[in-house]
Amino acid sequence: MDELDQLRQTYFQDCDELLGELESALMALDNGRADGDTLNDAFRAIHSIKGGADILHFDRLVRFAHTFESVLDRVRLGRLIVDPELASLMLRAGDAVADLVRAAQAGVEMPDGYENEIADALQSLAQAAGTDATIAPDDVREPAAPDEGAAAVGAPLRHYRILLSPPADLFRQGNEPQLLVRALERLGSVRTAADASALPPLASLDAEQCYLHWTIDVRTTAGLDAVRDVFDLAVDKGDLEVVELTDQPTGAVGAGTQDTVAAAVTPASTALPSDSSPAASPSGGSGQGAQLKAAPTVNSIRVDLEKLDYLVNLVGELVISQSMLAEQLSVLPTDKFPALSRSIEELTQHARNLQDGVMAVRTQPVKSVFARMPRLVRDLAVETGKNVRLLISGETTEVDKTVVEQLFDPLIHMIRNAVDHGIESPAERSANGKPAQGTVRLSAVHVGGRIVIQVADDGRGIDRERVRARAVERGLLNADAVLTEEQLDNLIFLPGLSTAATVSDISGRGVGMDVVRRNVERLGGRVLIRSVAGRGSTFYLSLPLTLAVLDGMVVGVGSETYIVPLTVIFESLRPQARDVHRLVGGGEVLYVRGEYVPLVYLGRTFGVPDATREPWDGLVMLVDADAGGKIGVVVDEIVGQQQVVIKSVEANYRALRGIAGATILGNGHVALILDVAGLAESVDGAVRPSAAA
Amino acid sequence: MSLVGFYDPLAALTGDASGDTRSMLQVVCFTIGEENYGIDIRQVREIRAWSATTSLPNTPEFVMGVINLRGTIVPILDLRARFGRGQSEPTKAHVVVIVAIEARMIGMLVEAVSDIVTVPEDEIRPVPEIGGSDAAECLNGLATVNDQLIALVSVERVTAPITVH
Repeated sequence: MDELDQLRQTYFQDCDELLGELESALMALDNGRADGDTLNDAFRAIHSIKGGADILHFDRLVRFAHTFESVLDRVRLGRLIVDPELASLMLRAGDAVADLVRAAQAGVEMPDGYENEIADALQSLAQAAGTDATIAPDDVREPAAPDEGAAAVGAPLRHYRILLSPPADLFRQGNEPQLLVRALERLGSVRTAADASALPPLASLDAEQCYLHWTIDVRTTAGLDAVRDVFDLAVDKGDLEVVELTDQPTGAVGAGTQDTVAAAVTPASTALPSDSSPAASPSGGSGQGAQLKAAPTVNSIRVDLEKLDYLVNLVGELVISQSMLAEQLSVLPTDKFPALSRSIEELTQHARNLQDGVMAVRTQPVKSVFARMPRLVRDLAVETGKNVRLLISGETTEVDKTVVEQLFDPLIHMIRNAVDHGIESPAERSANGKPAQGTVRLSAVHVGGRIVIQVADDGRGIDRERVRARAVERGLLNADAVLTEEQLDNLIFLPGLSTAATVSDISGRGVGMDVVRRNVERLGGRVLIRSVAGRGSTFYLSLPLTLAVLDGMVVGVGSETYIVPLTVIFESLRPQARDVHRLVGGGEVLYVRGEYVPLVYLGRTFGVPDATREPWDGLVMLVDADAGGKIGVVVDEIVGQQQVVIKSVEANYRALRGIAGATILGNGHVALILDVAGLAESVDGAVRPSAAA
Repeated sequence: MSLVGFYDPLAALTGDASGDTRSMLQVVCFTIGEENYGIDIRQVREIRAWSATTSLPNTPEFVMGVINLRGTIVPILDLRARFGRGQSEPTKAHVVVIVAIEARMIGMLVEAVSDIVTVPEDEIRPVPEIGGSDAAECLNGLATVNDQLIALVSVERVTAPITVH
C-alpha cells in the first residue's frame, strides 16, 4: 500500500465517523435544537470532510461540501434561520455528501448533475444571506468562513508560517510531505525551505527515515483552519506549528529562525479565527496563542482490528494453556506444593482478567447504530404521512464491535415494522382517543451477559386474526390449529407472512421479519414479540455481548465432543421408549407433552461410529432450530456447561452443514460447535415439524 | 526494489552453493509407502509430529479432521488416501506438513520427512499422461535427485476439493 492509499484509507475511516456526526447534528437541527454546539458539530464535520477531500483531489466533493459549509456558516452567524424547509434541505445535502464520499471511496462518479439541485438551493440561500465580502465588512481579520479558500474574492491575503517537524518514521506511517505541500499550493502561493541539519552522512543514512524539517510560508486568503486542515490527517498536532504572521516583510524563507517565529506568535494570535466562538471579539487575547502551542491531549487511538483480533486470539491461547497447566498440576498433592497452587490460582485469575480486558477493548456503545435511527423514523413518517417521535435510551450500552455492526439491519426492519405496521395514521389515532403523535421507543440494556434491545410502539398491536388468516391462506398453519396469543404473534416471523393491507415501499413485502430472526439467531440471539391489541407491540432483541465467545453445553457423542449453544436449548430429557415413534419414510418423532418433535441423531448425521443407538439410552436435547421449529437432538451424554471461544472452521476449510464453528477445549483438543438450524435442514423432507398438532 | 549485482536473498535461498546460476527450487521431501514426494519449500510453514484430530462430519475419507494449531483450526489431509492408496493408520512416527495456500493453512499427513533437496528448475520433467489418474493431476512435475524419483506435489490442486466452496 503506498502513501496515498494509506491516506485515503484513513480519510474514509474518518469520514464514517464524520458523516455520523454530521447526520446527528443535522437531525438535531431538524428537531429545532439549533444551538451553537450542534451547529459547530455539523460545521466541523463537513469542514473536515472537505479538508481531506481537498488533499485527495476529490474536487466535486470539495465543491459541494464548500457550498454546504457556507450555508452552515450563515446559520452559525445567525444570518439564516433554520426552518423545517432548510433543515430538510440540509439533511438532503448531508445525504449528498455521504453519497459523494461513498462514490469517491468506490472510485466511481455520481451521475452528472446529481448534487446540482441541492447545491443550487444551498447557493441561493447562502447568497441571499449575504456574500462573504458583506458578512463582516468592519472586521477584515475575522472572516465569516475561515476557509473560504482561494476562491473567496476580496478576502485579505494572509501570511502563515508553518513549522513542520515530522517524526522520523513519517514515511513509514505512509505520509508524503510533498502531497501536503501540493495541497497547500491550492490555497495560495507557497514557499518551502527544508532544514537538513539533522541529515546524517550518506553512509549511515536510512532511506526510510525522515531527517528533514520544513518551514513553509503560505500566502493565501484562506483561514488558519484551512491551512491546519491540510495537515489534519497526516501529521500529529504536536509536530506542527502554524502561525499567522503579521504582514511584515519576512525575507527569505528559512532565514526565519525559531525565535523570530515565536516572537511573531503573540501579536498574530489575536487575529486567529476561532471555530467555537465565531462571534468572539477580535481582541481574543493571548490565550489563543497558548492554546496553539499546547498539543491537544489525545484520549483515544485508532487500532487496526486485525491487531486486536491477534491479541484476542493470543489471550484465548493463554487461557487454554493456563487451564492445561492447571489440569496437569491438579494431580499433584496440594499440601506439598502450596506456593505452586497459589501461583496457579493467581495466574488463572490474571488470565481471566486479561481476557475480559482485551474483549472490553473491542466493545463499542450501540450509539453509532442508534444514532442512525432518528433519520429513518423521520423519513418513514414523512413517507407514510404519520406523526411519529422516536425516544432513545441506553445508547451508551456497550457490546462487541461485530455485534454493533450486526445490529443495524435487524433494527432497521423492526423500526420500519413499528412505524409502518404499528403506528396508526393521526386520524385513526385521534379517533381511538390516542395522541395524534405516535411514539416509538428504542432502548438498550445489559441483562445477564447479554444485550437486550427493545423497539416498542404505541400503535395498534398485531392483528392476530389477520395474521392467522394469512398463515392459513399461505398453508403455513392448519385452519383448525389452536395457538396461544404468543404463538400467533410469533407467526409474523414465518417467511412469506406479511399483513400490511397495502404492500408499501417500506415493508409489507413479506420479507423482513423472517430474515431478521434468521440473522439474529445465527448470531446466537433471539427475537421475541409481545403485543397488546390497540396498545402497541414490543420487539425484544437479545444478543450475546460478543461473537467471540459463546455459552455452550458440552455434549458427548461416542468418542466425539460437541458444543451446543446454550441459547437454543429448551430442555434435555431421557425419553421413554414408548414416546419414540418411527414414521414412514424413516424419520422419527418424540412425543413430548402433547407435541411431536422430530429427532436428529447426532451420531448418525455426523457418522460417529460408536454413538448411542437408541434415544432412551442417551439423552434428547430439545432445541429451537429457527425456521425448522423445535427439534430433538439425540446425544450420548451431557458433559457440562462452559464458555467457549469461537473459532472459524471456514477460514481453512469450507463451510460444513450443521457446524457453526469450532473451539478449543481445556485439554487442547478441538470440539465442533453445532449449528442447530443447519442440523434441522437434514430432517427436512423426512419429517416436517408439526406446527401445533 | 532490487539491487542488481548485489546480494540477492532470493537467489541465495533458491540457488545452491556450487555457483550454479540456473534457477533452483528447494523441495521438502517426504515418503508415502515406497514413493518419494516433494513440496516447494516456500509453501511449507512448518513440520510437526502427528497429533490426534477431531473428525469433521460428512467429509471425504482423505480428510482426517482438524487440529488446534496455536489457536487456529487447521484441517489435516491424509495424503496417502488423497492419492487413492488407502487410508493411513497414523502413528507417532507420522508427520504433518503444514502448508499455506494464499490465506489458508492446511496440514498434510505423510509418513516421514526425509530431506530438503535443491532441484534445478530446468531438470523438472512434466508428469506423463497416465489415463487421467487423479493422483497425477495433483503433481507439478517429476525430478530426479540422487537417482531417486521425486514427484512434486501441487498443494493447490491436492487441496482443491476441500477449499472450493
